[in-house]
Amino acid sequence: MSLENLQLIWFILIAVLWTGFLVLEGFDFGVGMLINYLGKSEAEKRTMVTTLGPVWDGNEVWLLVAGGATFAAFPEWYATLFSGFYLPLFLILVGLILRGVAFEYRSKLGDKKWRRNWDLAITVGSFIPALLFGVAFANLVRGVPLAKSQDGYIEYVGGFFNLLNPYALIGGLTTTTVFLTHGAIFLSLKTSGDLRARASALVPKIGAVAALFAVIFLAWTQISYSNNPQLTLYSVAVVVIAWVSALGFHLLNRDGISFTFSSIAITATVATIFLSLYPYVMPSSLNINESLTIANASSTPYTLRIMTIVALIMTPIVLAYQGWTYWVFSKRLSAAQIPDPEKGSLDDLHV
Amino acid sequence: MNLDLARWQFGITTVYHFLFVPLTIGLAFLVAGIQTAWYRTGNEKYLRATKFFGKLFLINFAMGVVTGIVQEFQFGMNWSTYSRFVGDIFGAPLAIEGLLAFFLESTFLGLWIFGWDRLPKGLHLATIWAAASGTALSAYFILAANAWMQHPVGYVFNEVTGRAELTDFMQVLTQNTAVSAFIHTMLASWFTGGAFIAGVAAWMLVKGKAIEVMRPMAKLGAITVIASFIGLFASGDWTAKVMVEQQPMKMAAAEALYETTENAPFSLFTIGTLDGSRPIFAIEVPYVTSFLATGTLSGEVQGINNLQAEMEEQFGPGDYRPNIPVTYWTFRFMIGFGAIAAAFAAYMLWATRGNRRPVNIWFARAAIAMPLVPLAANSTGWIFTEMGRQPWVVFGLLKTADAVSPNVSALSVAITLIGFTLLYGILAVIEVKLLIRAIKQGPPESVPASHPDRIHGNGEKPLTFSY
Repeated sequence: MSLENLQLIWFILIAVLWTGFLVLEGFDFGVGMLINYLGKSEAEKRTMVTTLGPVWDGNEVWLLVAGGATFAAFPEWYATLFSGFYLPLFLILVGLILRGVAFEYRSKLGDKKWRRNWDLAITVGSFIPALLFGVAFANLVRGVPLAKSQDGYIEYVGGFFNLLNPYALIGGLTTTTVFLTHGAIFLSLKTSGDLRARASALVPKIGAVAALFAVIFLAWTQISYSNNPQLTLYSVAVVVIAWVSALGFHLLNRDGISFTFSSIAITATVATIFLSLYPYVMPSSLNINESLTIANASSTPYTLRIMTIVALIMTPIVLAYQGWTYWVFSKRLSAAQIPDPEKGSLDDLHV
Repeated sequence: MNLDLARWQFGITTVYHFLFVPLTIGLAFLVAGIQTAWYRTGNEKYLRATKFFGKLFLINFAMGVVTGIVQEFQFGMNWSTYSRFVGDIFGAPLAIEGLLAFFLESTFLGLWIFGWDRLPKGLHLATIWAAASGTALSAYFILAANAWMQHPVGYVFNEVTGRAELTDFMQVLTQNTAVSAFIHTMLASWFTGGAFIAGVAAWMLVKGKAIEVMRPMAKLGAITVIASFIGLFASGDWTAKVMVEQQPMKMAAAEALYETTENAPFSLFTIGTLDGSRPIFAIEVPYVTSFLATGTLSGEVQGINNLQAEMEEQFGPGDYRPNIPVTYWTFRFMIGFGAIAAAFAAYMLWATRGNRRPVNIWFARAAIAMPLVPLAANSTGWIFTEMGRQPWVVFGLLKTADAVSPNVSALSVAITLIGFTLLYGILAVIEVKLLIRAIKQGPPESVPASHPDRIHGNGEKPLTFSY
């Protein structure tokens, strides 16, 4: 296979990895942000965390693999992006650390302050990445200050505040509200009783706000930044149709179909972002000739070929067993099923 | 400034991450083994032990996971020049680690935690073995990547792109540096897991709690420690010989051996002159270093001064010596801590033989220290491995000083260094608090019977486990 084809395959595969991450972790960011808003009792909060319990860690691995695959397939992209978006990435990492520990530790003790603090960690730790991933992707699409250094490397030459601009903020608000909606739809699908009713009632409201931000973001992308407007026009159309369908099927109480459509909408949004970028991976806002492209950022054909073989074998296997996990835990949960919700699992000491 | 901060950040975040990793790997296999014993014998004491150590394992696992996220990204953040230079080679095992190992361990551990009453008994047992295999696979790929930094193989240096490019991936995965490091690390992980179980069980025995569960666990832990210590001795010996061949300077520094010597002794204690080029005082065991390095008592071992001169000739002027006191002492601490834990494990077996139950306060204190000792050995071992490679980040190819991100300000690195350190510090306190509580809680008195998916009905039955 030619180098050009391998580079294209890896550009697509990295989009696929980000899609897996944002569709899956997207709903658990949403559930996390909503823990205090929708969880009116300890039993409900614990129900919410338990819906994520078996899956959140596996969802997050999509991010790690996206990071690792970028390192392997496009080392220049990995190096420039993460050294450039340094402080936002730090905040994302802190958020992910906090929420991960919080999921595992919050119900270990019954102490009210203990749980309040961890719930705050879950809320903030879910909100920061949900917002900043949107900001980061929007900045990628918009282009950031890049320039060739003396060593011939294309380096980020902006600062932290270059990343805060209206378009990027709209991007961040879009991901935040889309994930809130996606999370609320997930809860409608996975829970029952009052919790489900409240999550359900939230979907159309937050879904409409998300639609508003998404329309502004996608229209702005399409008009100002897309490198392939004839292609992104289709992906944007898919986003719109899928989002309307997600909200529509939600109103018909078809939670599974609704969740499928919100997942498709997120997939098509990621597709729009990557199609807008192509053939760039990081366009420079200073001089387009000093941008990173799939050609000048990539590894050698030998490495890409090995990675392709591994990915072709492993991705279906991973999808199969992750899918199986979702099937094993497919039953709805109700708050009544949480025994003794106020009590922590480590409250009783016997020694 | 930038370089020092970035190095401290890598050191702190990586050593901290590696406090949890060996314990996770070791406990995953040991808990899987204990659950297998329950599956085979149906003896409830093994189920109670599985639940008890499983709970401790998961408290630890959470920390390993979240601190691992930072590892995936900090090469790009602080070491962008390194990332550009090695990405073609180093990135592949990292990505494959995620795809093969991280998915396996995270997904199947989720199934194991929540699957007690949803999966048939045998399938549920298989999930913990799958998760344990994931931890071992993960170790293999990341160690192959690290081994390439110790001893680059299967690559060419491309003059045009200014980077190292992969030519033989199998060689990267199968070179002796990677295989010996993997075996040594797996043994160290079982050693760590065994010491954890031994220490906790010994303490419970002193307290007289759940004796019927803890007696076999104390034995299991102690035997695991002793067996893996013997293995560590052998694999350490092999690792040392590989190191002498590939990074002679590291071995010379480990021994503070300044001049090339035949019949080289192993020094137990050395004080050097201030300029670090000559020892003033040393206690030595004859021939041991020669034997370690070459396999014969009289073998010639290269000295620091000689190697420095050779490397100047090969790579141009510069200081090619690692920090000798750090290298020298961490090497001894690694071995010493390992030996202390192994000695206590042996004493434990003796003290608990037959139906004896130690009640001595010093035995209890030693039991509390037991799980911590291998953590010190693991940390010093890796500090030795990495500091001993300096000034290189990729041996012979790229210096650490040239690997740092040029465009990240010292202020940014300082902010993240302080941020991670504070956050990690707070989390450490919380984790230890929870571990102590979980140990004090002890194993469940009796385990509620689980119903593997037999009741389909209304699905409203109480969960046997929830977050």
